[in-house]
Amino acid sequence: MTTREAFARAKAEGRAALIPYVMAGYPSRGADLEMVKQVLPYADLLEVGLPYSDPLGDGPVIQRASEQALRQGIRVADVAAFVREIRALTDKPLFLMTYINPVLAVGPERFFEMFKEAGVSGLILPDLPPDEEPELVALAHRAGLEHQMRPAQPTESASFSRGLAPVGLETTFLLAPTSTEARIQTVAPYCTGFVYTVSVAGVTGARDKLPEGLPELVGRIRRVTEAPVAIGFGISNRATAQQAAQAADGAVIASALIRAHEEGRGLAEVLREVRAGLER
Amino acid sequence: MQLPSYPLPDAKGRYAEFGGRYVPETLMPALEELTGAYLHYKNDPEFLAEYDYYLREYVGRPSPLYLAENLTRHLGGAKIYLKREDLNHTGAHKINNTLGQALLCKRMGKKRVIAETGAGQHGVSVATVAALMGLECVVYQGAEDVRRQALNVFRMKLLGAEVRPVESGTRTLKDATNEAIRDWVTNVRESFYIIGSVVGPHPYPMMARDFQSIVGEEIKAQLLQKEGRENPDVVIACVGGGSNAIGAFAPFAYQENRPRLIGVEAAGHGAASGLHSLSIGAGRKGVLHGAKMFLLYDDDGQIRPAHSVSAGLDYPGVGPEHSYYAEAGLAEYVGITDEEALEGFQLLCRLEGIIPALESAHAIAYAAKLAPEMEPEQVIVINLSGRGDKDVVEVMRVMEEGQGSRAEGFVQGGQS
Repeated sequence: MTTREAFARAKAEGRAALIPYVMAGYPSRGADLEMVKQVLPYADLLEVGLPYSDPLGDGPVIQRASEQALRQGIRVADVAAFVREIRALTDKPLFLMTYINPVLAVGPERFFEMFKEAGVSGLILPDLPPDEEPELVALAHRAGLEHQMRPAQPTESASFSRGLAPVGLETTFLLAPTSTEARIQTVAPYCTGFVYTVSVAGVTGARDKLPEGLPELVGRIRRVTEAPVAIGFGISNRATAQQAAQAADGAVIASALIRAHEEGRGLAEVLREVRAGLER
Repeated sequence: MQLPSYPLPDAKGRYAEFGGRYVPETLMPALEELTGAYLHYKNDPEFLAEYDYYLREYVGRPSPLYLAENLTRHLGGAKIYLKREDLNHTGAHKINNTLGQALLCKRMGKKRVIAETGAGQHGVSVATVAALMGLECVVYQGAEDVRRQALNVFRMKLLGAEVRPVESGTRTLKDATNEAIRDWVTNVRESFYIIGSVVGPHPYPMMARDFQSIVGEEIKAQLLQKEGRENPDVVIACVGGGSNAIGAFAPFAYQENRPRLIGVEAAGHGAASGLHSLSIGAGRKGVLHGAKMFLLYDDDGQIRPAHSVSAGLDYPGVGPEHSYYAEAGLAEYVGITDEEALEGFQLLCRLEGIIPALESAHAIAYAAKLAPEMEPEQVIVINLSGRGDKDVVEVMRVMEEGQGSRAEGFVQGGQS
């Protein structure tokens, strides 16, 4: 299933798309796949986190989870293996969330090929404004294409991506309430997967409500791109999900899931509530 | 006064491939605003006059360029001058930068400053200028460092700052910096982040360099008076993030007739031990805290903890401009171990009656190796970046553990 199809299907069902987050190696090797199995029935797309030592865009919950995963000795290759296991369970779009240094350490080309081969649909790069490394982004878009037997068909996403290459890996970048028109104009065209709109100036973490200005922000983004827009940061309950659904095409739920696991609550309970909030 | 203009960085904040802005998108508009404000005020006569006033009347500039005659005689080679940044208010070079950034903060109408600190020197320096300017001040410090540096924590509190211990990761400077950036992302509209070194996203490495360049500019003027020439043969400075070194190097680095510029990284227990801060000596290109630089990380890109006896050098990365100097061959970077640094520390205490910061002791120790190989008419300038009062407890502890016994023999043997 393509990213566009996943968003379109949710829309046809009268909902904003739900994008739950799981982290490789959290809560432990093996148990991470159990979390995937719990969230998949509610997911339209899935975000898979690569644990990182210095996740400066993340709040305390995901940071703690990263440390826990890294203590298990999770390596980049383990994350790719985890993606393969998920891919065996579902054809829903999988987006890998990774900070840029692991990409540079492995080598961008090798990193992208590895995850394309594992079955990742796209990348979310929270500490890379795309105009910092346009060549690297182009490499992601080409990942795996030369290995295909037939020439790649231009995907739907290529039509709005303003001349970027046909998609090997899709890319998703962040926009924020602080984003100026110029930043939106710059960043949005690189978002060939979807636009990850940060609900608040801040780091990841569950919040009780989202700021009022979201629809206005999403409106400014929609004037620039046809790509689906998802809201992230702070989605934790029915109210925040409703706010996201009113403004955008989808919502990412991350910290609230990990917190639910930490507190021994069922993930299904949180996901049911959020999914209900996403219905229009 | 004027702030200098150098050929780098380019408009995107790059020193060749190093530098840039690898930050959450939320911060990009703030970085653009800050760059615009800085480029405006660096040419604003009123701003410059105010900066100059505080440098003279509050910091006590210019700092002396002191001929270390005893050290020169003892080592028996090149003539050694010490650039006495240790005599600045708050006891280190840090204030040249914090003062400049705090003045900029005020001009931009922001009322709250955030800072990260390792041992607490930068934190004290920011708390000091915040007190002076009437700004609210929050300092992030790793919980481990809060415990080890109780005196500096108390200093910051006396100066009116709030110190927030950071419990994540290695609970040291690297994690304090992450937390300061998180605060900034959250409170970006009303807060000004004062980064303590020539690291972080553009324009920070450029701003900190420009404010620290007063060090190298004064060296030129003072050496011209004392030796009849602007250029020494060698400039030596310790390098953690690299702000004191860039201040001493940058005014020379882009000249055609460049002195040897030698940055001394902390080799800790030695390069082979894995316990060191040799970002250039043993690191690879990577991204940390918003910039591409030489960096210590494992095969998966996870940042490796750095080590040094000196907290100020205990950082896994090095500023993008140093990364560029190293790759372009504009400066050399060498390593000095904990043990050698302790020898350098005691050498300067005994011979000159100056207790250097453990950071600066790395530069002393390298000069002690180099000077005897040079000619008496040649000149070495060491940037004595800070005073060592903050380190005496740590040095006492290390010496009592017996690691300092060789160092004692070194000094006494040298004097006989």
